[in-house]
Amino acid sequence: MSIVTVQLGQCGNQVGPELFDVISRDALQGEKNAFGAAVRERFFHQTSRGELVARAVLVDMEPKVINHSVSRAAKSGVWRYGDASRFSEKQGSGNNWANGYCVHGPRHRDVVEELVRREVERCDRLAGLMAVMSVAGGTGSGVGTYVTQCLRDTYPRSFILNHLTWPYGTGEVIVQNYNSVLTLAHLYQLSDAILVHENDTVHRICSRLLNIQHISFADVNRVIAHQLASVLQPALAADSRGVYGRNPLGELAGALSCHPEYKLLSVCTTPQVPSSSMAYSTFSWPSLLKHLRQMLISNTKMEEGIDWQVRPPAGSERTGSLLRSGFNRSLANLLILRGKDVYSAETGLIDMHLLFYPMHIKEMVFFVGGGGSGALHDTRDVTYVPSTGGFEEPALYTSWLPSEEAFSSWKSPVPFNKYEKCATLVSNSQALLRPLDDMVGKAWNMFASRAYLHQYMTFGISEEDFLDSFTSIEQVISSYSQLH
Amino acid sequence: MTQSIVVHVGQCGNQIGCRFWDLALREHAHVNKEGLYDEALGSFFRNVDSREINGGACAVGGRIQQLKARAVLVDMEEGVVNKILQGPLREMFDSTQLLTDVSGSGNNWAVGHMTYGSVYREQIVDKLRKAAEHCDCLQCFFLIHSMGGGTGSGLGTKVLSLLNEEFPDVCRIVSSIYPSAEDDVVTSPYNSVLAMMELTEHAHCVMPVENQSLVEIVNKIKQMSHTRRPESVIRGDSAVISGQGGLSGTEKPFDAMNNIVANLLLNITSSARFDGSLNMDLNEIAMNLVPFPRLHYLLPSLTPLYTLADVSVPTRRLDQMFSDAFSKDHQLIRANPKRGLYLACALMVRGNVQMSDLRRNIERLKPSLPFVSWNQEGWKTGLCSVPPVGHSHSLLALANNTCVMSTFMELRERFTKLYRKKAHLHHYLHVEGMEQSLFSEAVGSLSSLIEEYHLLDATKGKLMPDAPRLCIAR
Repeated sequence: MSIVTVQLGQCGNQVGPELFDVISRDALQGEKNAFGAAVRERFFHQTSRGELVARAVLVDMEPKVINHSVSRAAKSGVWRYGDASRFSEKQGSGNNWANGYCVHGPRHRDVVEELVRREVERCDRLAGLMAVMSVAGGTGSGVGTYVTQCLRDTYPRSFILNHLTWPYGTGEVIVQNYNSVLTLAHLYQLSDAILVHENDTVHRICSRLLNIQHISFADVNRVIAHQLASVLQPALAADSRGVYGRNPLGELAGALSCHPEYKLLSVCTTPQVPSSSMAYSTFSWPSLLKHLRQMLISNTKMEEGIDWQVRPPAGSERTGSLLRSGFNRSLANLLILRGKDVYSAETGLIDMHLLFYPMHIKEMVFFVGGGGSGALHDTRDVTYVPSTGGFEEPALYTSWLPSEEAFSSWKSPVPFNKYEKCATLVSNSQALLRPLDDMVGKAWNMFASRAYLHQYMTFGISEEDFLDSFTSIEQVISSYSQLH
Repeated sequence: MTQSIVVHVGQCGNQIGCRFWDLALREHAHVNKEGLYDEALGSFFRNVDSREINGGACAVGGRIQQLKARAVLVDMEEGVVNKILQGPLREMFDSTQLLTDVSGSGNNWAVGHMTYGSVYREQIVDKLRKAAEHCDCLQCFFLIHSMGGGTGSGLGTKVLSLLNEEFPDVCRIVSSIYPSAEDDVVTSPYNSVLAMMELTEHAHCVMPVENQSLVEIVNKIKQMSHTRRPESVIRGDSAVISGQGGLSGTEKPFDAMNNIVANLLLNITSSARFDGSLNMDLNEIAMNLVPFPRLHYLLPSLTPLYTLADVSVPTRRLDQMFSDAFSKDHQLIRANPKRGLYLACALMVRGNVQMSDLRRNIERLKPSLPFVSWNQEGWKTGLCSVPPVGHSHSLLALANNTCVMSTFMELRERFTKLYRKKAHLHHYLHVEGMEQSLFSEAVGSLSSLIEEYHLLDATKGKLMPDAPRLCIAR
């Protein structure tokens, strides 16, 4: 089953080609086998000459970025965009959500719907639709929201995933907080799952983990593409009996978006190292999983600077509050493991008995409150005791969802994007609560002084619409902060 | 790509306009080595093959045949426009773009606005329409005029209101030259205040420029170039006042000052014309910098003013460029932005500057610049990869700052000094359609504008509490 991607605005049309680059490399590698075939079916259709054409529609209100993306894809020699899959206008949306949503969206509705329809018809079966956009500008946010609405109307039974890029907190656009609040409030009603990347976080990954000196938007987009592709590439669920998942978006939404009030998903991948050091690094599943689990609990997105002091509160301490003591409570988690020896990685409950077998355990990972963590690696022995990841522990999750329901895992033995082993965690948790709260706080302050409102009202948005959006998002914030 | 039309009205407007087209050609000649008519050129120029019938407009991509400026020139006396038509730029304008009369407006806003405004209304609208029809996707009208005289001030603001009527969706960006206190036109306060009322009503953005500041900048550069120290030799074509390399040969008086304003317009449109990693379109300027509709007066400042002849540019120079943009000496009106409160600020960088440099400098400068409480991170940034002629990089800062109210208060004072005595009032009241109430309306509009800025300014330095958030009942 296939996913059709709609790339919207400058950000969407810059992240999109990076994503297809990563995906297509795997498609080529797994030329003859089932994995490659699954990748190809999911993301590309093949022309009679065997070229890979991305199942994507490019939409922007000005032509420069799309031109660049299309020619860049064509130059890769591996894949390209369809000749007639693009739509651009001459003049942008001026960073104005209302301009995108009320003017440009409706004006070009028919053309865009037609483009999507053609892409959908080329699929044997549609797995779902993914919209890639930013929330700070005018086109990605405004037109993107309108297009999502049209998609929802036209394909009421398909899964829709929105991938959003949140801007730097210190601002790229002055009205970015308004645009973000309006977008999120509307998308919450329309989307099945909202997967978020924050520029600030990805920037830190680029500078601290990947050691990039002068970080450009291309670097940021590459990291986003790596993380997103690691989620979307084919994988095997526990009960799939060897057949690659045919309903990825549905399974993602089913695993994670369990309640209509909780739809915000964040992604975390490990390891992430500069390509120059990859040849010298070896990874083990226990170590990767241990780090990933702590990254989840302490709400860090990098292997560096993890706070090992944070731990889930004991049963009696379950109260709802805004990230009390730094612990990040999850609703649901999806762990995706790709690479060598992936079936030996155990991710369930902690086996406390392992603490007492010092002689025969070759690899021992234990999690003890108080910061001690020892991991002994001895890979000489072929059979090693499977180590534990502890993702199914009930203390990590809310009380009203049993932890077996809250946790799922997918695996794929095929290595991903040059990493021998790669672990990705998609989580529906309180991780995005702080940035969301900051964003709404700033927008509300601006709204209280009525600044910039006339710019939005010229295009048909009223103060009432703003208030409705603020109310919706405050509701989301309240729901997440009261998780217990 | 979008197109813009430049309208220049009055003597000052046309002189600046002439410098603008000269410098625009110089800039494009510098960048466009192949002689092809590309999209960037198309934003300001049409390509016309006059051998063909019915106009012969050529599409983008072909060779340059003959470039015609997307401009409309209006003046009520012929001297300046005739000089342009006899000079090296004569091929750029054809007769359908010109509107002239013989007798001038006598430094009288009412004559310009009411008399000529009604007589020439049809013709003006017609010429604007024709210019707009040549455009594929018209984004913006640039209006250049002065505030102190009669034509630029009166007829110029009439043109502005006609633009609002006929093309309400097209952005209107105005460069207005404000008279200095020692202006030789006695009635300039009247003309300026009457024009201000129109600007506040009908313009999307106004960039006020004061003659006195331009004089000071020119003097500073001339002083720099007169000291004979070898390390301070300025590169000839780099000074913001220089027209070297353009078409006009000799430099006329006022040219140096006019070049500064022309450079301002070139830098504002650079991101819309050329490529860059973070494009800033013209409609984004109005969107981000104008939080309340009447408070649309944006203070421009340009750096660097010149490049020294020796080439190497260490990072310190780059940082110095950012600091200079916020110093009093580089502002184009005589106000100190650090004394006022910033409502919003846009930085348009041209040339070889990275995103990390930009972010570093914003972090560095933020503590010393007071921003309004609800817009603490009110920065809009744009990166264009093509630098201006003679520089490796440059910065244009556009700030919406409450210090502009001091300029307006001085203007109001000069107005009141005359109006109290009813001096020269009869010249205005003689004009058909002019009434005394218009004067009180104009000064009232100015006063309420000053009051709006003042209210915001008063919050400076005070710790404003965050607005209480919505509470969700559980």
